[in-house]
Amino acid sequence: MELSSFFLMRHEIVLLAIALILIIAEIFIPKQKKSSAVHLAIFLFGIHTALGFFPLEESSLFGGMFRTNSLIHFFKNVLNIGVFIILLQSADWIQEKIVQLNRSTEFFILLFFSLLGMYFMISAGDFLMFYIGLELSTIPVAALAAFELVKRSSSEAGIKLILSAALASGVSLFGISLLYATSGSIYFHDIIEVISPNNLTILGLVLFFGGLSFKISLVPFHFWTADVYEGAPISIASYLSVISKGAAVFILMILLFTVLRPLMEIWENMIYAVALVTMFVGNLFALRQQNMKRFLAFSSIAQAGFILLGLITGTQLGTASVVYFVLIYIFSNLAAFGVVQAISLKTGKENIDDYNGLYRTNPKLSLIMLLALFSLAGIPPVAGFFGKFFLYTAAASEGYYLLVFLAVVNVTISLYYYLMVVRAMFIRTSENPIPFFNNKLYMRLGLGITVIGILVMGLYSPLYDYIFELSAVFNK
Amino acid sequence: MDILSLFVVLPVLVIIALVFTKGLKQARQIAMVGSIIQLGMAINLLFAYLKEQSINDSIFVFTRDIVWFEEFNIHYNIGVDGISVALILLTSIILLAGVFISWKTYDLPKEFFVSLLVLAIGVYGFFISIDLFTMFLFYEIAVIPMYLLIGIWGSGPKEYAAMKLTLMLMGASALLLVGILGIYLNSNADGGQLTFSILEIAQVNIPFEAQKIFFPLTFIGFAVLGALFPFHTWSPDGHASAPTAVSMLHAGVLMKLGGYGVFRVAMFLLPEGAMEWSWFFIILSATGVIYGAFAAIRQTDLKYINAYSSVSHLGLVLFALLMLNKTAWNGAILQSLSHGFMTALFFALIGMIYTRTHTRDITKLGGLLKVIPFISVIYVIAGLASLGLPGFSGFVAEMNIFVGAFQNEDMFRRVVTIISVSAIVITAVYILRVVGIMLMGPVKNESYLSLPQTTWYETTGVLLLLLPIVGIGVAPLWLSDMILKSLQPFLQGVL
Repeated sequence: MELSSFFLMRHEIVLLAIALILIIAEIFIPKQKKSSAVHLAIFLFGIHTALGFFPLEESSLFGGMFRTNSLIHFFKNVLNIGVFIILLQSADWIQEKIVQLNRSTEFFILLFFSLLGMYFMISAGDFLMFYIGLELSTIPVAALAAFELVKRSSSEAGIKLILSAALASGVSLFGISLLYATSGSIYFHDIIEVISPNNLTILGLVLFFGGLSFKISLVPFHFWTADVYEGAPISIASYLSVISKGAAVFILMILLFTVLRPLMEIWENMIYAVALVTMFVGNLFALRQQNMKRFLAFSSIAQAGFILLGLITGTQLGTASVVYFVLIYIFSNLAAFGVVQAISLKTGKENIDDYNGLYRTNPKLSLIMLLALFSLAGIPPVAGFFGKFFLYTAAASEGYYLLVFLAVVNVTISLYYYLMVVRAMFIRTSENPIPFFNNKLYMRLGLGITVIGILVMGLYSPLYDYIFELSAVFNK
Repeated sequence: MDILSLFVVLPVLVIIALVFTKGLKQARQIAMVGSIIQLGMAINLLFAYLKEQSINDSIFVFTRDIVWFEEFNIHYNIGVDGISVALILLTSIILLAGVFISWKTYDLPKEFFVSLLVLAIGVYGFFISIDLFTMFLFYEIAVIPMYLLIGIWGSGPKEYAAMKLTLMLMGASALLLVGILGIYLNSNADGGQLTFSILEIAQVNIPFEAQKIFFPLTFIGFAVLGALFPFHTWSPDGHASAPTAVSMLHAGVLMKLGGYGVFRVAMFLLPEGAMEWSWFFIILSATGVIYGAFAAIRQTDLKYINAYSSVSHLGLVLFALLMLNKTAWNGAILQSLSHGFMTALFFALIGMIYTRTHTRDITKLGGLLKVIPFISVIYVIAGLASLGLPGFSGFVAEMNIFVGAFQNEDMFRRVVTIISVSAIVITAVYILRVVGIMLMGPVKNESYLSLPQTTWYETTGVLLLLLPIVGIGVAPLWLSDMILKSLQPFLQGVL
C-alpha cells in the first residue's frame, strides 16, 4: 500500500489535524486572548470545507474497510457545509458563555471528532468500520449535549442521549451480529453475494434498522429527541437535527440499496409503515408545542418521515432526491435554528409566544424565519418545495400513490404549526416584544449562507442534475 | 425577455423597488405605477395575440420552452391562448383597481403591496404555464400570500379565517399533487418519455383505468379553489375577514384559477375520466349553485352575501365546464370573466361603504342612495349585472351556459339544468333585498347624513371595473370569438 493512497482519506486526515492543532494551540494562546481560539477554529474549518471540494478518486483502503466514491465525497462536503454554518451561528454563544469557562477548545474538538466519526461511518466498507464510526459520532455529542453545566436540563439531555444511544447501538450491533451469523462476513461486498431472506437475516435487518432509526429519530425510536433538543445547547440541537440525522440517513440508504437490496421486499414494507407513523406522530405532536426547540424537534421528526419516501424507492431517482432533500433540509433547519439561537442568546426567550410581534421589531430575523419555515413546509418558490416534490415524484414513480397522498396530507398538518410561528411573528402583537438588536458578524454570515441556500438551491436545477449523476454509483 | 415571462419578472422588479420605499406614499405610488405598467402589458398582449392569432394556427402562441430539471423532464414551458389572455387582462385590471382601493393602508403598507404582488406573480404564472409542474408551483405561490394578507390586514376573526383558507387550499393541493403525479407517470402510455407538458400529454391516450382514478383527484384539487360545494367553506370566512383589495383579488382572480385549472388540466388531459365522473360533479356543482344562492338570502353581512353569491356563480362555472360542449364552455369562460369583474366591483363598493359607516350589517344601513349616491348607483348597476340583466356581462355568460347545458340530449343533464336556472331567480331575490334594505328607504342613522363622497382614487378603481362589465355585455362577440377559437382544440380532445 502506497503512502499516497492515504490521501483518499483527505477529509479525515485534515479534520484530525485541525483537532490536534487546536489542542496544541490552546497551550500557546494566553489566557486573556482565549476567544481567538474561536476564530482559529472557524478559520481552520473554513479551509477544511474549501479543501473538500477538490476532486477525489474512487477507491477503497484497508482491504475494503474504508471506501470512497463521488457521492460519498459529495456528502462529506454537504456535512462540512452544515457544520461550518453551525460553527458560525454558535460563535457568539461560545464567546459569551463558553470561553470564560475556559472550555471552548473542548467544544470544537468534541464536535470535530463526532464529525470524524460520521465520515468513517458513511465511508465504511464493512460493519466493523461502520460501528466504530457510529460510536465515534455519538459519544462526543452526548458530552456536548451536557455542555452547559450550569443548566440542569443540559446534563439531563446528556444523560438521556448517552443512555438511549448506548441501547440503540447495542441493538444495532446485535442486528449486525445476526447478519454476520447468516452471511459469514462483515464486509459489505461479501454479504451482498450470500444474503437471502430468511428468519435470521430478517431479524438482523430489523434490529439493525432499529438502531439506526434512533439516530434518524424515526418513530418509535424518537422519544429522546424533544427532551434532548430542549436541554442541549442550541448549536448541539441543530447539529443533532441536521448533521447527525443526515449522515445516518445517508448510510442507511447506501446499506439498504446495496448490501440489503436482496431483502428489499421486507424493508419496503417496514419503511412504508415507519414513514407513515413518523410523519403523523411528528406532525401531530408538533401541533401542541410551545417551546421553539421542542417544536423544531418534532418538526425534524416529521421531516425524517418525508425522507423515507425517497428511501422506499430503491432507485437512482430516490437516492438523488434523498441527498438533495437532506442538503436543502440542512439549510432550512439551520436557518430556523440560527434565528432561535440569535434570539435566545440576546434575550433568553425560547417560546413561540415570545415571538409575538417580532416582525415589527426585528424584520430581518422574522423574514429569515419565514423563509426557513416555508422551506420546511415545502412552499414554493423556496428550496423545500423542490426537495419535497422530487421525493414525492420518486415515490409515486414506484407506485406509492397512497403514501404520497398521506405525505401531502401531512404537509397540510405541518403547515398549521409552521404558520403558528408565522402568525406569532407577523400577525400578533405583544406588549413587550423582543427588542431590536443587531447580530454580530459570524451570526450574520451563518444566517446569510442559509438564506442564499434556501433561495437558490431549488431554482438552480444544475445542482440536482449533478447529484443525480453522482447517485448512479449506488444504483448499478 | 419574451412578452409572457415579463408578467412574472415585472412584479418581481416592483417588489424589489418596494423594498426600498419608505412610508405609505412612496409604496402606493410604486405599486400604482407597477400595476399600470402591468395593465399596459396586458392590453399590449391582447392586441399582440389578436394579431398573432390571424397568422398562427397553433393552440398556444408566444410559446417558450426551456428545460429546467432534466431528469424529471420538467420544463419552464409557457404560452397563451385566447382564454389565458382574457384572464391575464382580468387580473391586471383587478390588481390596479385593488391598488387604488387600498390607497389608505396605513399599517405596514410596503408589506401589503409586496404580498399583493406575490399573489399576482402566482396568478400570472399560473395562467401562462403550459407545464404541469410550473403550473402547480405558481398555484401554491398564489395561495400562500393570502395567509399574511388576511392575517395581518384583515378584520374580525382574521386568524381563524386565514388559517382555514390556507389549510383548505393546501389540503386541496394534496389531491392535486397526486393527480398531477398520476398524469405525469402515465404520460408515457404511448411509449414516449414521461412529461409534464400539457400539450404533449394531450396527444397521449392515458389508460382509462388511470383516468378514472386521477380525474376526481385533479378535479377536486382545482375545484376547491373554485368553491366547489361542499369544499367552499373557506371562501365566505376568508372573504369576510380579508381587507377590501384582497377580497377583490381573491374572488375576482384567485378563485378563477380553480375553473381554469379544471378546464386546462382535468378536462383536457383526462377527457374519459371527465365523461365517467361528470354526473357526480354536476350534482355537486348544481347543489353549490342553488345552495350558495339560498345562503346569500339569509345573510346580513354584506361580505357574506357576496361571498355566497360567489359560491353560486362559480358553481355555475364548474357546472358549465362539466356540460362538455362548446356553448357551455364559452359561457363558463365568460362567466369567469364577468364574475371576476362583478365581484371585485361589489367588494370594492362594500369596502367603501364600510370605511364610511363602519358596519357591513345591512339591517343597520338604510337610505344610502340619498347620502352617497355615486356608490349606491354603482351598487345597483353591479347588482343588476349580477342577476343577469341583458346589457351586462352576466347575461351573456349565463345565457350561454344554460343554452349550452340544455343542448345535451340526456334527461339527467336537462333536469339539472332546469333546477340550476332557478338560481337566477333566487339571485334576483338576494340582490334586490340588499338594494331595498340598504339603499332605499329612510336614512336609519343620523350620523350617516354627513358621509364623505368618493375620492378620485375610489372613483377610478370603481370605473376601471365597471367598464369591462358593460363592455362585455354590450359587445360580447369579439371576446367570445377569441374564446371559441381557443376552445376548438379542447373540443376535439374531449368530444
